[in-house]
Amino acid sequence: MAEARRLAIDVEGLNKSFGDKRVVKDLTIKVEEGRITGFLGPNGSGKTTTLRMICGLLTPDSGSGTCLGLDILKDARRIKRQTGYMTQKFSLYDDLTIAENLMFTARVYGLDRRRERVRDALEQLGLTQRRDQAAGTLSGGWKQRLALAACVLHEPKLLLLDEPTAGVDPKARRAFWDEIHALAGEGMTVMVSTHYMDEAERCHDIAYIAYGELIARGTAEEVIAQSKLATFRVEGPGADRLAREIGARPGVEMAAPFGMALHVSGPDRGALEAAIAPWRKPPLVWTEIEPTLEDVFIHLMNRSKDNW
Amino acid sequence: MFSSTRIFAVMVKEFTQLSRDRLTYAMILLLPIVQLMLFGYAINANPKHLPVAVMVQDHGPLARSVLQAMTNTGYFDIVEEATSSRELDHALESGKAQFTVTIPPDFSRKVVRGPDPSGLNGAPKGAQVLVEADASDPASTGPALAALSGLAQTALVHDLKGPLQPRQANQPFEVVLHARYNPENVSAYNIVPGLLGVVLSMTLVMMTALGMTRELERGTMEGLLATPVRPIEVMIGKLLPYIGIGLIQTVVILTLARVLFHVPFEGGWLALALGTALFIVGSLALGFLISTAAKSQLQAMQASFFYLLPSILLSGFAFPFRGMPAWAQAIGTILPVTHFLRVIRGALLKGLGTGESWPSLAALSAFVLVVTGLAMARYRTTLD
Repeated sequence: MAEARRLAIDVEGLNKSFGDKRVVKDLTIKVEEGRITGFLGPNGSGKTTTLRMICGLLTPDSGSGTCLGLDILKDARRIKRQTGYMTQKFSLYDDLTIAENLMFTARVYGLDRRRERVRDALEQLGLTQRRDQAAGTLSGGWKQRLALAACVLHEPKLLLLDEPTAGVDPKARRAFWDEIHALAGEGMTVMVSTHYMDEAERCHDIAYIAYGELIARGTAEEVIAQSKLATFRVEGPGADRLAREIGARPGVEMAAPFGMALHVSGPDRGALEAAIAPWRKPPLVWTEIEPTLEDVFIHLMNRSKDNW
Repeated sequence: MFSSTRIFAVMVKEFTQLSRDRLTYAMILLLPIVQLMLFGYAINANPKHLPVAVMVQDHGPLARSVLQAMTNTGYFDIVEEATSSRELDHALESGKAQFTVTIPPDFSRKVVRGPDPSGLNGAPKGAQVLVEADASDPASTGPALAALSGLAQTALVHDLKGPLQPRQANQPFEVVLHARYNPENVSAYNIVPGLLGVVLSMTLVMMTALGMTRELERGTMEGLLATPVRPIEVMIGKLLPYIGIGLIQTVVILTLARVLFHVPFEGGWLALALGTALFIVGSLALGFLISTAAKSQLQAMQASFFYLLPSILLSGFAFPFRGMPAWAQAIGTILPVTHFLRVIRGALLKGLGTGESWPSLAALSAFVLVVTGLAMARYRTTLD
């Protein structure tokens, strides 16, 4: 595949420690312009730290690279101008109104036509009627949409979202993702960290990070294929109750109930089949299935913990 | 190079947040009033070893005995021997001496001869010792003056013997007291202007210290840092509204001082304005500096108190500065409040202008520069 697009993020060998804890290790990542990249990994894996280094909020201990063609070490201010960063915690002012928060952002970025922009943003959000309501009184979903609107008010080229939908209901999440796709459609590059698998599947591609290291990269299909994980689905009376018993067998990495069924997977197909052989008889029905992204991530997490 | 739009953005934001916070309103207006009522009359002390400038025009043994007796009371230390009344005035005005003592040339002669019984030249005039006191802080001069008035009876007991024995019967000389700057010895005259310094420190240092840490704690700092706003812009924008608050408090206190406590306003308006401006800016910068070091609002609060307590206790507000031991005076000299109090008391009670108050004004300027520099150097545009 030819390198058709330019890179919005191109960083190499990033390292960051807090005290003696090394949070990010030799991280190298490239993100093409106009793509939505899902940034996944367990809690404390260094996702937030990486996003902060890319947008200039943290200085890497070592490493180099560019963001939007600008040096992440020297041009932090210019990067900030063209980047929207939505923090994990709501970072607008609770005691200012919705309109005041947007106006503040517009002023801080030194935008022209501020009134117009704020009015348009409010209209797009559907918050024109509630413009004078304190931002702190909004529900979680609305807060996230408002934060997103504030982030893109200055029309950034790169949008970094740190777990933007944590604690937001499914309908609001879907609306949020529709907006992200619309923004990407206009050419914005988006990097979004998340724990939700359905959200990972809505990304163009995925970067999986664990314990500060990038361990999987590509589209969802590619990441699943790379894992070489074999998975079976068992159905039948009492299948879901076999999880503990089967999970304890060597060669089985995980056995997780899904409703009345059980998913059993392991990295070595032969060993897995040997392990499940005693139960492979009626009334249980076994079918080999494609592992889900979640299966793959748990597998990756287990594997990187073993190397830790 | 900074952008006024961004400063304006931060300022408007800060103003709006302030206007939503009712507790802040209470603090801005009630704090000065409550404190004024509380401290208006409450504080007193008994300092010793107050500096005295003397002018001795009579070199006889009697004059020396009077000075010796004064020193023996423990209230007075002679710090200067002046040769002219101008030098004496200057010592009093500059605060180098809290008292001046003049022993006129005919002192010994008049003691020996006694008051003129003939009553010629008006009332009978005996020997006199002239004492002028800087009474702007009555708490510190009162006990000393009381000690002085007993002096006439006892000072010359050992000198007036033999043929002079009868001269002891009546007071052999008279101590003529002249209280300058606050002749009625009203404590409030001293406390009330001092309160301005304390109230400004309390509100301004604490509010700015908390203001920045609040952003850190609530997570809004991360959002602010992700924007292109510069540290100096944040600082100016955040501090401007508080300068307004400081000015409001100054007006409230000075008005109450005038209306309720009848504090004299002798002049020195330029020194007063300069001192107040420097002190407000310095206090704000200090609050900002604290906020760059504190990790939570609680820490910011503790650090503010760490600064406020000595500011109240060692600045000459709560206790007369000269009544404190040397080490406490040394700490007091580092505190900006001490210098602010000198400027404002000097202006209101003595009418001192920039010419006389420049050492304190210079100290305040140095404070502003150092603290602002430190605050700028410590403010980070990253979360490192």
